Amino acid sequence: MLVRVKVNGESREADVWPGTSLLSMLRDHLGLVGSKNACEQGECGSCSLWLDGELVCACLVLAAQAGGRDVRTVESLAPGDRLHPVQDAFVEAGAVQCGFCTPGLIVAAADLLQRDPTPGDETIREALAGNLCRCTGYQKIIDAVKIAAQRMHP
Amino acid sequence: MDVLLPRTLEEALEMKAAAPAALPIAGGTDVMVELNFDRRRPSALLDISRLPELGMWRKQDGTCFLGAGVTYSRIVNHLTMFPALVQASRTVGSPQIRNRGTVGGNLGTASPAGDALPVLAAYDAEVVLVNAGGRRTLPWHQFMVGPKKTVIGPDELILGAQWKIVRGPGSFSKVGTRNAMVIAVASLCLLLDEENRTVRVALGSVGPTILRAVDAEQFLARALQEAGAWDDARTPVPPAAVEEFAGRVGQAARPIDDVRGSAAYRRHACAVLARRALSWALNDRKLTGTR
Ligand SMILES: Cc1cc2nc3c(=O)[nH]c(=O)nc-3n(C[C@H](O)[C@H](O)[C@H](O)COP(=O)(O)OP(=O)(O)OC[C@H]3O[C@@H](n4cnc5c(N)ncnc54)[C@H](O)[C@@H]3O)c2cc1C
Ligand code: FES
Ligand code: FES
Repeated sequence: MLVRVKVNGESREADVWPGTSLLSMLRDHLGLVGSKNACEQGECGSCSLWLDGELVCACLVLAAQAGGRDVRTVESLAPGDRLHPVQDAFVEAGAVQCGFCTPGLIVAAADLLQRDPTPGDETIREALAGNLCRCTGYQKIIDAVKIAAQRMHP
Repeated sequence: MDVLLPRTLEEALEMKAAAPAALPIAGGTDVMVELNFDRRRPSALLDISRLPELGMWRKQDGTCFLGAGVTYSRIVNHLTMFPALVQASRTVGSPQIRNRGTVGGNLGTASPAGDALPVLAAYDAEVVLVNAGGRRTLPWHQFMVGPKKTVIGPDELILGAQWKIVRGPGSFSKVGTRNAMVIAVASLCLLLDEENRTVRVALGSVGPTILRAVDAEQFLARALQEAGAWDDARTPVPPAAVEEFAGRVGQAARPIDDVRGSAAYRRHACAVLARRALSWALNDRKLTGTR
């Protein structure tokens, strides 16, 4: 079936099997591989993106459900050659090791900072509870979120 | 496979009548896992995530109606007058899951571990079902009849749940291995109904379906009466009565041993949750001065 979605401000369409997830449509049909596929069951958050402004797991959205709606992926955060402040902060804090969880965590962290520009530790942990990282032990990720918060709202 | 994309409830019900095997998909947080892992191949999916009729809630004449399509995030942000429901919603999955998952989906899946379900049971909620011909309303326990088993008809959708608003403190709590992203090993919702001087206790994850601890409820209501606590929130409740109440809640569980916990542990967890929930409720009454 033909699904048309607005992705990062651009109208895109793909001919997908009706049971396809939004994640698979983006990665396998539209070549947007920033959103990662790790678990396909909502457990790891590496496919996090915004659907009509709401943070969701793209693996749990049916592509057809996103038809006509607004999708924003991690690719939208740094459209030029300047990184987004959250991305900069992750680099600076050493919050990236293998990097597989990074796009999802960056999207989730950016989502949090939109809603709460000065989150405390507890709030950061609750907001990122749906994103798994097997490498860093999370502390540096939390440091990165705090650095980004400071930069964005000095 | 087909995807049916109705724009209104009426359209959705016509489609469901014409294609009864079509599987409704709301937030997709249960359905998509089954599709992604090839556990289910329905002949069609019926996208109900955009039906305005399911996405609303309202309070009227002492009753609350909660549309099946209201997400946990919206409950946490907007239904703050129902603290137990908010607490349950906040423990579901992660922000990503709460932004999509709905109470209608929790009812549709009817897992004994569904976190919204003990709250609906403690509220004595009714489930409103609808088909092209009209509506029917069932008490929660007549709707959920076993693990992942409901009496929904092939041409029906869940419109929502409704309950009479109870005045008095209440809470939801759950035991699991983590604070987030966890399926309950045991869960409990306790409410004190100040008006009728009754107690309601519902248990999740410790039986084939949600259970009400009726014997413990009646025991505690009587104990509060005898202590004079219904009349004066500052009156202490005898520790022996609290212990007896907790023990009776544990006895109401019908748990099994599984990968998440043993039956004995679950029974114990119910008693611990009961004791804690009661102490929170009694504290709340003292603070708010509820008579
Ligand atoms: C990572 C992860 C964590 C989770 N954590 C929790 C948790 O902590 N606690 C918890 O309780 N659950 C949890 N869940 C399960 C799930 O999120 C909930 O059961 C949620 O309420 C399902 O809602 P949904 O709208 O996504 O349902 P869907 O997946 O869209 O549907 C679920 C079922 O209900 C049916 N259905 C949905 N709406 C209707 C309707 N209006 N009429 C008729 N049938 C309908 C569907 O056909 C399907 O059978 C988790 C899931 C994931 C993936
Ligand atoms: S791939 Fe979507 S949550 Fe893991
Ligand atoms: S950096 Fe490797 S999973 Fe997070």
